[in-house]
Parts: sequence; C-alpha cells; structure tokens
Amino acid sequence: MSARRGFLKAGLAGAAAAAVGGAPATAPAADAAVPAPAGWQFLRPSEVAFVEALADHMVPADALSPSGTAIGIPVYIDRALAGGWGQGEGLYLQGPFQAGSPNQGYQLPLTPAQLFRAGTEAVQAHCLQAHGAPFETLQPPAREALLLGLIAGRIELAVPAATYFGQLHQLVTEGLFADPIYGGNRDKAGWKLVGFPGVVQTHRKHIVEFRNRPFEARPLSMADLA
Amino acid sequence: MKTHAEVDFVLVGLGWTGGILAKELSEAGLKVVALERGGLRSTAEDFAVPRIRDELRYGIRHGLMQDAARDTITVRNRPDETALPMRRLGSFLPGEGVGGAGAHWNGITWRWGDGEFRIRSLYEERHGKGFVPDDMPLQDWGIRYDELEPWYDRFERTAGVSGQAGNLQGRLRPGGNPFEAPRRRDYPLPPLQTGLAGDLFRQAATSLGLNPFPRPSANASQAYTNPDGAHFGECQYCGFCERFGCEANAKGSPHFTVIPLALRQPSFELRTHAWVTRVDMDSSGKLARGAHYVDLHTGQAHFQPARSVVLCAYAINNVHLLLLSKIGEPYDPRSGRGQIGRNYAYQGGVGAQLFFEDRAFNPFMGTGGNGVVADDFNANAAFDRGPLNAIGGAVLSAGHSNGRPIGYRPVPPGTPAWGSAWKAATAQAYQRTMGVGASLSVMPHRHHGYDLDPTYRNAFGLPLLRLTFDYQPNDHRLAAFAAERVNEVARALAPARLAPAAVRRSWSVVPYQTTHNTGGSPMGTDPGQSATNTWGQVWQVPNVFVTGASLFPHNAAYNPTGLVGALAYRLADALIARYVKGPGRLLNA
Repeated sequence: MSARRGFLKAGLAGAAAAAVGGAPATAPAADAAVPAPAGWQFLRPSEVAFVEALADHMVPADALSPSGTAIGIPVYIDRALAGGWGQGEGLYLQGPFQAGSPNQGYQLPLTPAQLFRAGTEAVQAHCLQAHGAPFETLQPPAREALLLGLIAGRIELAVPAATYFGQLHQLVTEGLFADPIYGGNRDKAGWKLVGFPGVVQTHRKHIVEFRNRPFEARPLSMADLA
Repeated sequence: MKTHAEVDFVLVGLGWTGGILAKELSEAGLKVVALERGGLRSTAEDFAVPRIRDELRYGIRHGLMQDAARDTITVRNRPDETALPMRRLGSFLPGEGVGGAGAHWNGITWRWGDGEFRIRSLYEERHGKGFVPDDMPLQDWGIRYDELEPWYDRFERTAGVSGQAGNLQGRLRPGGNPFEAPRRRDYPLPPLQTGLAGDLFRQAATSLGLNPFPRPSANASQAYTNPDGAHFGECQYCGFCERFGCEANAKGSPHFTVIPLALRQPSFELRTHAWVTRVDMDSSGKLARGAHYVDLHTGQAHFQPARSVVLCAYAINNVHLLLLSKIGEPYDPRSGRGQIGRNYAYQGGVGAQLFFEDRAFNPFMGTGGNGVVADDFNANAAFDRGPLNAIGGAVLSAGHSNGRPIGYRPVPPGTPAWGSAWKAATAQAYQRTMGVGASLSVMPHRHHGYDLDPTYRNAFGLPLLRLTFDYQPNDHRLAAFAAERVNEVARALAPARLAPAAVRRSWSVVPYQTTHNTGGSPMGTDPGQSATNTWGQVWQVPNVFVTGASLFPHNAAYNPTGLVGALAYRLADALIARYVKGPGRLLNA
C-alpha cells in the first residue's frame, strides 16, 4: 500500500473528525483496477455481438472517451445479468400479472435477465426481417433508427419495447459510470468524462477552497483503496 | 411456536423511534424486547470506506433498503383502478435493519410548528369555514408546539443537528429562519457549509425579498459529543449521504447513538431477523398480548408476550401491522368511517435546472443537508393563501447533495440520450449545473388511504398493503404557485439555459421522489376521526402505541424526522412518568 493510500484510509476510516485534505488528491501512479477476467457468464455469442455493437453505438470512441466496448460496458452488462440483480433480487414476481397504468411501474413476469434475452431475440429477429442482417452488422444510421423506433414504440417486440430498451439504456449508463469493480468504467473513463473524482475524497476544506473553481483530481475507485 | 417470557414492552422495529424508546424505557428499568426484521449494522463493518462508497450497490440497487421481493405494497391512483404491486422500489425507499432509515437518511431536521398542528382552525379563522374542501379530511392534531419544544431540543442534541437559529426565545436572529417557531436555545452545532449553489440561491432569494438561511441537518459541521456521550466525526462533504451509511459517524443515526446505550442495559434485548406478522389480541379485542414473529434464520414462529406493544417500523409498515392485526376499524373511503388507513399523504416537489457556462459547482462536494432554503411560502404566517385558494406550503431550496454519476447527470432539454453529442453535453453540464427546487405539503383526501389488498400477498402469505393516492387540485394549485416562485429565483440567476420547474400532475411509483409518507394512523382528539391520541396510543386498544409519521394527519413541506424524533421522546417520557403505573389506561392531556 502506498503511503498516500494509507494516509487516506486512516483519515477516512478512523477519526473522520481530523481535518484531512487541503490539496487535490494525487492518485497512485497506476490505476489499481484490474480488468475483469475474460469470458462471459450470461451472454451467449450472438448477445455478446449485439451488446458490443450497442455499447459502441451509444458510447462511441471520440475525444472524450474510448469506445463502450473498450471501457468494458459489455462485461458490466454480462455480470449484472448473471448476478443477483439480473436474476430478480429485490423484484416482486408474484402474480397475477397485468399491464396496469404507466404510473404503476414495471409489471412483467420477467427477471431483468429474462427481459434482456427475450427482448434481444426479438430485436435481432426484427433486424433480420427488416434488414436481412443482425444489429451488429448495421450501419450507424440504421442502428440509430432502430433504437429510436424502440423508444417511440414504432417497433413492436414480443415484450414491451420501451421497457426492454429502458433497461438496456440503464445498463449501458451503469457500465459507463459504476465503480470499475463491476467490470465496466475501465480506467475510470466514465468518471474522467464528467470529472467525478471517485469514491474517497474528503471535501471539508475543498468545498471552500474550490468554490467556483473546478476540483480536478485523478479519480480513485474502490480498488485503489482496497 | 416458541413462546418467550413476558416483558413490559415489545418494540416492533429498531430505527430512530424504536432506538429512542429502547434506550429511555430500558434505562428506566423496564423490560424491553426489540424485534427488528433486518440485521445488525455497525459503522466499522457496514459503512467502512471504500466499500460503502458504491453508488451501484447502495444508490441504485438500494442495498440498505427493504427487499420488495419479500414484502411490498400495491398502488393505484384512484379507488376504481386495480392496484398492482410496486414490484421494485422506486418512489420511496423504506429502510431495513438496525438503525432503520436513520442510518441512511440525509439528516434534514425541522421543527413543525402550530401552523401545522392547528391547520384546520387557522384556515377557517383566516379564510372562513368554506375554505377547506369537503373532500379534504383536514384536522387539528391536538398537540401544540410549546409542549413539543423540549423534545425537539432533545432530538436535535441527540442527532447532532447543524443549523442557524432564527428565533431564539422570541428574538429574531439574522441569518436564521425568521419564520421558525421560537426555540429555547440554539442548534447544538453551527450551520454547514452551503456550497456555491446554496450561496447563489441565497443571493437570488434575497434580491427577491425572501429570507434564505442554511438548511438545518443532522450532518455534524464539527466533531461533536452528544449529551448521551456518543461521538460524532466531522462531516467531510463526501457526497455519499442519503442511501449510504456514514463512515465518519458524522450523520446522526440511532445505530451509534441511542441503540448502543439501550444494548448496555440488562433489561433490554434485541432480536434481529425477527419479522413481526401480527400483534396478538386478547379475546375481548380491547387489549394486545404481545407480538407474533418469524425468525428469518430458521423460519420458525415465535410469540413475544408483552404488557404493551409499540409499533416503531416505517410508517407504511406500522399501518400494515395495524390492519393485519385487526386493531381499530379499517377506513372506508365510501362511508368515511374507520380510522386505520385514513389521512394518507405523500409530499410534492417541483424543480428547475439551471445550466451555466462559467460556473464550477463541484457537485460531488456535498452532504445530506447541504444548501440554503427559504421558508417564506411555508411557515410564514403572513403568506396569504387566499388568492392562491390552496392549503399548505412550499419550502424553496438549492444545494448539491451529491454528484454520483449514475444518478446525477443533468443535460439541457433536447439533448440526445446517447452518442457523442450526449457525451459532450453530459461532460459540459456536469460541473456547470445547479437546481432550484421546492418541497410541497400534501393534504389528505377522502379517497386516499391504505387497506389490505384483496389479491397480492407477501412472502409470509399475508395480504399486501394497498395504497390509493394521487395529487388533487389543491396540490396542483400549490405546485403551480411554487413552480412560479422557483422559476423567479432561477431567472434571477440568469443561467445560460433554464429547464423551468413544472407541475407534476399525477403520482407515479416509478421515479424516486421522497420517502416522506405520512398518515394512515393519524393522531387526534376525536376517536371517530383519528386512530390514536397525541401520544400515538390507539384509542380502541390502549396498550398499543404507534410512533412515526403514520401519526401525521397531513403532510407538511418540511421533512418529517425532527417531529418523529420529538414525538418519540415525548412518548417515552409519558410512558415512564405515567403510563407504566397503570398499563393499558389512556393517557390524558
């Protein structure tokens, strides 16, 4: 453990009454986050291709960040769907089921993983019917039209398209901005995009010293302090 | 079924109110058992950095909250709709575990005053008998501020509230809230830093003739030791407050204040993972005999006999238990008869987003109570509601509580939802955006309330609680007025772009709004129109007490916890000084 990290740990975990900080944190020399091991827990090969294409379409490589796939968003999505949340943790799934009003929220008998699988199969079937090719082989304008069609309800799937797409969109943004420990946000690319300094700053003095002045620090993740 | 030895009090739930009662009653030598459905929580084990600073686990997936797969509620906007389950948490987030929501609240702490407790009388005196709509069961509470003042003070000191007094013993103090009810002494801690958004709000509000002041909150602005000897660290403005536990013990929470003191007492016992399924009634139906619960680690049924039962769970769950236990008469919205389930109210809110080019807000430097507020359209008695034709109030505010980027990513209206243009707009706006908002009271309505759902059941086979609620014309008028005031403040700050505040017409269970659910077992002075007296003692079953916000006959624009804490201390005092001399007898004013 570096001296800096030890200092931060002591300052945060122990007597938080101590006045810690004063200058922007300087991070350890190398980012501690280790890329998630290769391989897929949940996604099938065609789903990997779909999710990679989707991640790169929604988070394209440009001056602000690497591509969604380079950031690890597909890995994040795979782990999220394979894990407790994807398998329905915290989700009441007792029937009877009926659609209800939008104000009544999610009413499908599906876990997030089941919704992903059913929706993705339907999207790919739509692509094959409409374009003769799966989503990942479409050009960006065709991909864009498809996604907008899902939101607007112009494209009908076997499951409610807007509900399916809403979950997919949420997963992509989580893969961009959740702590790198979950496999996405690699090299803290999402946090660097917006300037979020990560999880371990003590800002008691900063809130005065950096009043109306951007606080810029290399972001620290959970792994940096582990 | 395992039956335990009888105790004086069984407490259902161990958050703020259960913790206060556990400490006070056990220190008075009374035998107390607390049944808590969740597990133990400690700062060192559960809130240690870096693990607690996980937005996905705690902020998005609600890691410290009730498991909706096991128990939830059904919801509908109107009585003629079919209620459907809230299948995942959204609009509000009930806590679970030792410390309850006290471990992961923001900390905002208010003193509700006589303007709330005498609401029906005051409106009728000022605006005439016809001002209160027939379908609004508005009522006086039967309690007065003067009686509560010492208990507010006690709670503020226990929880380590930082703030700026505005009215000390009747003398107005600059920089505080000139509309607050008079306080005998100052807050225990000076106000928090307000941040740039709060400072800008203060300037704009002042220029419009309002009276802004720092938001009072149980986030310790300095290291602090409370009167019970609990040590608080100093708030570090880490931006992981609400939905998270505080690793510094800088946020007032029962898990490191009152609860450890109760656990020191030999007459107190805590049982965790104990899910109470009903209060047991004697054959007369007029007295309770104890509480039935399931040990979640074994699945076995237990019975805890007790001379008195105190419901200290979350507001919704207290009402659920009353109905499951057949205590009192269920409310019937058609006839207006019955007490249990009536006077439900949610809260309202409106907000504007202000996009600047040349500001740097550092939104991640924040805390639960960060910011500046104005009470001119709420506790201010001179604010004339006549022209508005509405009952209630609005508290205006601004301040960044956090900049956690899964949840906090403001972009101007019209921004695409993905792609390079989205990334650029997100990067641009993150540092340069602030909000101005208003929290709004909600009045009860005859059609709103709780009952037991006819269809859906929880993991124990018991009917779910059914909630019927929507915003009504009175709420819409108030919200429209508040949106205008919010937008005036916003325009005074001349942002490059403004997404103005707009009225939310209808209540949805999906997006998070507020966990301030009130009513369902309202206090009062008329046993026909209220579930309990002002101590929370159930009229029909006087050895059952209810604590918390389900006692509120209406909901104010203020956050509820200051009043919840004060009422719990007042109840503890009455139980020890008077009630235990004749358990089961009604406490009289």
